[in-house]
Amino acid sequence: MKQAYIFDAVRTPRGRGKADGSLHSSRPITLAAECLKAIRDRNNLNTQLVDDVILGCVTPIGEQGGDVAKAAALHADYHQSVAGVTLNRFCGSGLEAINQAATNIMSGQFDLQVAGGVECMSRIAMGSDGGALMIDPELSFKVGFVPQGIGADLIATLRGYTREDVDRFAIESQKKAAIAWEEKRFQKSIIPIKDSLGRILLDRDEHMRPDTTFEKISQLKPAFLELGEKWGLDSVAYKKYPRVESIQHVHHAGNSSGIVDGAAAVLIGSEEMGIELKLKPRARIISMAAVGSEPTIMLTGPAPATLKALARANMKASDIDLYEVNEAFAAVVMNFRDELEIPDSKINVNGGAIALGHPLGATGAMLMSTLIDELERTKKRFGCITLCIGGGMGIATIIERI
Amino acid sequence: MINYNEQNNIAVLKINVDSRPMNVITKEFLEALKLQWSQFEQNSKLKGLIITSDRPEFMAGADLEMIRHITDPLECFNLALDLQNLLRQIEKSKRPVVAAINGTALGGGFEITLACHQRIALNHPKIQLGLPEVKLGLLPGGGGTQRLPRLIGIEKSLPLLLEGRSLNPSKALEAGLIHQLANSKEELLKLATEYILQNPEASAPWDKKGYRLPGGDVQTPVGYRMFPGAMAKVTETTWHNYPAPMKILSVVYEGLQVTLEQGMEIEARAFAELVTSEVTKSMINTLFYSMNECNKGVSRPQNIPEQKVNKVGILGAGMMGRGIAYSSAMNGIEVVLKDISLEAAQAGKEYSVKLVSNLVEKGKLSSQEAEIILSRITPTADPQMMKGCDLVIEAVIEDRNLKARVTKESEDVMPKTAIYASNTSTLPITGLAEASQRPQQFIGLHFFSPVDKMPLVEIIMGEKTGDHALALCMDYVRKIKKTPIVVNDGRGFYTSRVFTTYVIEGINMLTEGIEPQLIESAGKMAGMPVGPLSVSDEVSLDLIYHILKQTEADLGADSIDQATYKVVTDFTQNLKRLGRKTGAGFYDYPENQKKRLSPILSEKFPTKEHGFSREALSLRLLTIQALETYKCLEEKIIREERDADVGSILGWGFPPYTGGTLSYIHQRGVEQFVKDCQSLEKLYGKRFKTPASLKNFGSK
Repeated sequence: MKQAYIFDAVRTPRGRGKADGSLHSSRPITLAAECLKAIRDRNNLNTQLVDDVILGCVTPIGEQGGDVAKAAALHADYHQSVAGVTLNRFCGSGLEAINQAATNIMSGQFDLQVAGGVECMSRIAMGSDGGALMIDPELSFKVGFVPQGIGADLIATLRGYTREDVDRFAIESQKKAAIAWEEKRFQKSIIPIKDSLGRILLDRDEHMRPDTTFEKISQLKPAFLELGEKWGLDSVAYKKYPRVESIQHVHHAGNSSGIVDGAAAVLIGSEEMGIELKLKPRARIISMAAVGSEPTIMLTGPAPATLKALARANMKASDIDLYEVNEAFAAVVMNFRDELEIPDSKINVNGGAIALGHPLGATGAMLMSTLIDELERTKKRFGCITLCIGGGMGIATIIERI
Repeated sequence: MINYNEQNNIAVLKINVDSRPMNVITKEFLEALKLQWSQFEQNSKLKGLIITSDRPEFMAGADLEMIRHITDPLECFNLALDLQNLLRQIEKSKRPVVAAINGTALGGGFEITLACHQRIALNHPKIQLGLPEVKLGLLPGGGGTQRLPRLIGIEKSLPLLLEGRSLNPSKALEAGLIHQLANSKEELLKLATEYILQNPEASAPWDKKGYRLPGGDVQTPVGYRMFPGAMAKVTETTWHNYPAPMKILSVVYEGLQVTLEQGMEIEARAFAELVTSEVTKSMINTLFYSMNECNKGVSRPQNIPEQKVNKVGILGAGMMGRGIAYSSAMNGIEVVLKDISLEAAQAGKEYSVKLVSNLVEKGKLSSQEAEIILSRITPTADPQMMKGCDLVIEAVIEDRNLKARVTKESEDVMPKTAIYASNTSTLPITGLAEASQRPQQFIGLHFFSPVDKMPLVEIIMGEKTGDHALALCMDYVRKIKKTPIVVNDGRGFYTSRVFTTYVIEGINMLTEGIEPQLIESAGKMAGMPVGPLSVSDEVSLDLIYHILKQTEADLGADSIDQATYKVVTDFTQNLKRLGRKTGAGFYDYPENQKKRLSPILSEKFPTKEHGFSREALSLRLLTIQALETYKCLEEKIIREERDADVGSILGWGFPPYTGGTLSYIHQRGVEQFVKDCQSLEKLYGKRFKTPASLKNFGSK
């Protein structure tokens, strides 16, 4: 089997996912194309050599619909010979794109691919594409789906994480992200987004609240209390978890991932292609896994996915130097940490989606640039990215810095 | 079946299914309707058709007698399609068809009107319009799940379909179910005729070009919001024990994405599945047939003429007495409400004052009516006031000596023919009757708390109770609009005895180290109104303690569940945790917060690995109640199976989807039920031992 190497990884800054967000006026193809252009230009790439562009996108409708990957490739003026494909594994999509690209390279059928993701949440509302998982009665009655936030609250309830615990976790995420920006740790990968006159629209993650305090955050109202208690969705969870007396609704906007706009791209290829193009590999993909997990609680997939990827690599959790665990909700990361007994010092050292935001389809690919940059900065060797996924799934990828 | 005539080139079709007590859709009716329709179709001179009825009701629904006997899903499917196709033909007719709704139109009856181009209803508040099928475990099978959402939108139709709520004509007009109101039958026909003359061509909204579903399609943000919400509500209220609301949601979801015809076929399939399902059959049998039989008083001795209860005396103005006073006064009965002091009796009357003024506030009673009702209640401390009462109901505390004293006191002044009833919930009537001069006129009338809300009265026949007493009590219970069941005497009679097994089983689980919340969930998700630990707190642990103590004193240590006795003794005597009324029992009741299972439970009953699923525990909780009921039947405490079923549902909320405690055994299958008991007996001993006769239960 061939090796899959990562030659480069870039991302846009994350714009606040509302009408007043700095990227709201940028179209999905713009954000994705800016990343593709950066990959091309930073590596003097003859795009004719790229076999395929593969992008994750979770709400692929409207201007994000059709095959947004092919649209972005054309919009970035990649050669017409480059194919494009869009995939949707919900929040795992960006990482899934990388994994599929890597698998293609390892199989020997592809030589060079750009993998990534795009999500303009300020323009295309989350969930606006429906989906049987969410609304088909026959399926839903069988499985028992609740909104992710209730799943996260249920994790906190089962684990005994208090509101204070999850709030403290969120504050840490903000602090770490603030330091990371102060020390320009994301600098290497950020592609500033400019308008047609060349004016900068956004060059840093704008969802962050570095000055937030525990006092401020503890004032926020729980986001899923009403859905849970008034709309009856807690009952759906109780049916699956009859030992739970009362779900503690501890999550809110301040300790959940932010809604943002953004895109990311990663250049992946074979060793031969690297030599031919004189590209220096930055990392090697060691192993990967995607798993299904209990669908009602929905968000416990990262641990089994990581364990599966570790087993495939013949590694232990403690062998990994740095983890990027998507901060969909505070309890998701805390649960992962406690289940695999990983010290806080190894997880999301530069903050996570609570501070920075979670552009659904792009996040997995964004985390790749964050992880490689940090492995390089700290001269560490092994890294792991993992995300929880709607419908009850988890995904993980283990890499080695070169 | 159908009266048909033509006048001024307008055909009028009057429904009159005279083979049934009410207009219902039978196979014969369907054939007759087909015939009349083709007659109309062939006469091209006719301008339109009016469908109305020759009886007070328009049509009450499908014939349950037909439905309850269908066992073949395919036969049922074809039957539904047959009706659907005919209605679709009527709807597709270019000539206008008007439903002149002269009376209640429910279920299939209302579905007929939905296929008409114009619905005009007589404006009378007692007339009901709607699709109540879900209440009997069914769904509308004549296109109702498809036409109603197409008419008023998914969001507005889902609550009507899922709760089976019916509306009076003016509310129905507001909701968009009908088009017009008429103030008289004459006007009804006049308006119908006018519509026909003014609309020579008619079609349903959904057959018009450019039709759009009101409020938005399934696959829109509206749908994405509505369906998860509706599904969660169904889960919260049914725990998936009832297939009908789940099917209704699926059928609306699927059917609204295809053509009306395809949607109706989806509906017909689901209808067929439901009709032939055990749950639906049980629900129809118990909630319709058995319930009606109880309400009609079929257990009443037939040879005794109707007994008038004009005046009732109530001894004891506590929780029960005051409630019985209210229910009696509300239904036109004079009440003498007696307690040891006039103040206590007056306090009892205050309860009615409060309830009645609530009704006045809500506009459900006029203040004159309220005054008349309250004037019927006379509070007193004087036993002489029992003079002239047709019935005296004793509702004092459960103390044999006190009960004996008031019995004597009352019998001294009551008319010789009057009936004396004890509202005891546990003490055997035969024993209490020993204090009576005329035990043949002594009977048990077991009301449930709160009396004004609880629909059941358990009538208990003492050994010597005569038919006259029974007849009078049944007439009384029906007069106060409650449902009577009749049982024979025994400790706890029927309802208290069986209900207690639920409580005891739950407390046993606690002692076995099963997680308290899992026990509660097992009860609730089995369909019981609340978990066994909650209900223990509600009835109070000291009541359970006293009952067990008394039973042990009377019948010996083997006669009670010692594990439970130990727990309630500890909680009431040592811990002083008596239940909700003292703010502490199995639960803690912090002020202004939800109650919580007390941490003391994990101290007293450390949880153990047990490997039982919630479902297994639910099964255990239902099994013990059904088995105890069977024992009641065998011991002849239960006189009629129907009374056991109805009593269990109305008395303590045994889940209606089972059809009641004895129907549960049939639904489960006798063989399977015996197996359930046997495996539980292996684990928990003799209380799950089945009587030998059980295996032949139901084989007639």
